[in-house]
Amino acid sequence: MALFSRAARAQRRPRASWTRAALAAGVAVVAVTVAACGNGGSSSAASSGGKDGFNEATQASGPLTVWVDSTRVPAAQAYEKAHPNVKLNVVTYDGDANGSNTLQTKVDLYDRTGNGWPDVVFSAESNEVSWTQPAGFTAPLNKGLIPSSVLSQFSAGSLAPCTVNGTVYCLRNDLAPAMLWYNAPLMKQWGYQVPTTWAQYQQIGEAVAKQHPGYIVGAAGDTFAPEIYMWASQCQANDVTGIRAVTVNVTTSNCSRMASMLDTLLADKSMSKLSAFSSAFDKQEKGKVLMMPAPVWFAGSVFDSSSGLNTPKDQIAAAPMPQWPGTTTPTTGNVGGGLWLLSAHSTHVSEAVNFIEWVTTNSAYQGDLAPGLPAYGPAASVWLANQQKAGYFANDIVPVVQQAAGQIWQGWGYGKFSQEAIWAATVTPGITAGKAIVSMLPAWQTAITNYATAAGYQVSH
Amino acid sequence: MSVTSSEPARARARRAPWRAVGAGYVFVAGYVILLAAFGVVPVVYAVYFAFTNADNYFAGLSNFVQSGQDFRYLPALEHIGIYLAIWLVALVVLVTVLALVLHQVSARRLGALVRFLYYIPGALAGAASVLVWLFMLDPTVSPASSLLHLLGYGTFGNVIAPGHLSLLFAIIAFWTGAGGWIVVMYGALNNIPRDVMEAARIDGAGAWRTARYIQVPMLRKWIVYMAILAFATGAQLFVEPQLVSEASLGVAGRDYSPNQLAYDFAFQNNNVNYAAAISVELLVVCLIVAAVFVTRSRFFDAN
Repeated sequence: MALFSRAARAQRRPRASWTRAALAAGVAVVAVTVAACGNGGSSSAASSGGKDGFNEATQASGPLTVWVDSTRVPAAQAYEKAHPNVKLNVVTYDGDANGSNTLQTKVDLYDRTGNGWPDVVFSAESNEVSWTQPAGFTAPLNKGLIPSSVLSQFSAGSLAPCTVNGTVYCLRNDLAPAMLWYNAPLMKQWGYQVPTTWAQYQQIGEAVAKQHPGYIVGAAGDTFAPEIYMWASQCQANDVTGIRAVTVNVTTSNCSRMASMLDTLLADKSMSKLSAFSSAFDKQEKGKVLMMPAPVWFAGSVFDSSSGLNTPKDQIAAAPMPQWPGTTTPTTGNVGGGLWLLSAHSTHVSEAVNFIEWVTTNSAYQGDLAPGLPAYGPAASVWLANQQKAGYFANDIVPVVQQAAGQIWQGWGYGKFSQEAIWAATVTPGITAGKAIVSMLPAWQTAITNYATAAGYQVSH
Repeated sequence: MSVTSSEPARARARRAPWRAVGAGYVFVAGYVILLAAFGVVPVVYAVYFAFTNADNYFAGLSNFVQSGQDFRYLPALEHIGIYLAIWLVALVVLVTVLALVLHQVSARRLGALVRFLYYIPGALAGAASVLVWLFMLDPTVSPASSLLHLLGYGTFGNVIAPGHLSLLFAIIAFWTGAGGWIVVMYGALNNIPRDVMEAARIDGAGAWRTARYIQVPMLRKWIVYMAILAFATGAQLFVEPQLVSEASLGVAGRDYSPNQLAYDFAFQNNNVNYAAAISVELLVVCLIVAAVFVTRSRFFDAN
């Protein structure tokens, strides 16, 4: 019955992370050891020149090595079913979710040993190209490998995280715009109008705190809270202006207006301090969610999920993200959305290209099987129609999702440092301890500056 | 007659040491090979990386200076210092006390049972035993949830507040590592000659005085040995904060220890040289501490 099952961030649940952590621990122990094996230097195979915009490795026959997270295994299986004569070697890894850096760690090691790279990789991290491009790991796709007629049908802006100086280095798997989920029958019963502005949203939150204590209008304990709230509020926390340049200014009103709204609702207890992916949340908030600003994949990962809130059908409805008064162009945030990367070291380029084009565009996978909103326009239409047909939602979510996908604020970029990890370490413990987010904004700014600088970014304020 | 009979005896006498020495080499070889492959060679490589830059040119001390100026460096040192202080004191005091208590338990069955219980956590592989703690510390699923609620911690987030981490990691490390040491100390206590213990008893020493004046002084070398190894393991803290960091989705424990910082330098910032500089620093600190302990405690003195 899980319509979306666990989408882009399905593997964000702590449980799934542990094995990876154990693995990482093992890797770390031998880190220096292995790194020492052959200091082959940086391989910049993807430098310009050569056919298709990069220097291909000598092509060979043999199976195509594909790395996917567990959620994307059905994509590889669907491809195998449709192409019985192509041999795949499917490797399941953590998908790099939650800033795990598995892919970068492995690619660093392969770069040193000079072999071992996979041909095709799925990653759940939308900022992957910020390092794969400089490292020369990914091949350019719009220089002859994928026709522009295909690329042009990806949703507007969806290839932005893949693009460096006009060159496309990955294909977007799915989109994850944030919107306002709400419990339609409950809103109606209690006489609340679905809010279109954050002011209305806050009013309802305060009213709920008084009239229906225990019910919540959102959750601020997740690592992606900055992407849901601050991104939507056009807070300049992550304005990536160049390959290694970022502007960070979180003390402006665009940030503080959202922070103080969250503070008010957190103090009222109508905004949960918990992560929507914690066991405590499932236990405390089941049946208590009146509204929830959240990405599209929350539908399957939190609401219609037996390991989440398990909300019955005909309750959950979607509305556009509320806006601040005076905003001329409505904006929203984005939480994740995976990518497919083609290795510039691949010895099976034509099969690999065929694979990533098929898994991102073919409706047999993206339309019928994919857990999240496909980035490829025609597949997205099929997918949305399927969701609506399943009859889980209390309203027609198709126009809401389509609209949200085009409203992702472009002032929040895709840098090499993880905004989620920075927020988690800097702001979340304060929220848990009852500190006001407004008072933590300067510390947040400092932390972003520090991590961005450590990652090699020129930071301006 | 006497000549012929003594011939083989002398030959045996000459050959025997050779055989013994040869067997010794064979036994040691396995260890030496592994030590070279996973100990010496990586250390040499780390030293090489620590003094060169990304282009393999000699870099002097710049890797040490620049990694030391990173914003995460001093906090990591502070964390590991607090953690080591808590953990080493707890380990030395509690392990000695528990081993003495265990030694006092004269009933055979009970003693064997307690020994086994002490040892179980140590038998779990490092990461697995930390996973157990992730459940223990989450009030929603913890068997000790009533205790956690009593202390005022209603959620996992409350439990892993930044100020609690050093203590939490020390508790986890103690639970994981102490059992093995208790068994070792118990063995050492059993090695204290019976007549010494008996003399103490005849002189009227009770359990406390026996422990204070006989057992603990005779355990000194074992305690020093434990402290050296425990310091080295503790300074390399990695698994506990890394797993807590993963489980809390980065809320607690990220960049907590110098070892984690080295890992991040190597694999997030793609800077093996800084990572190597930090690991060389850890090595030097551990060697110095070991040297101090060894010389101060006259560890290698016979008797």
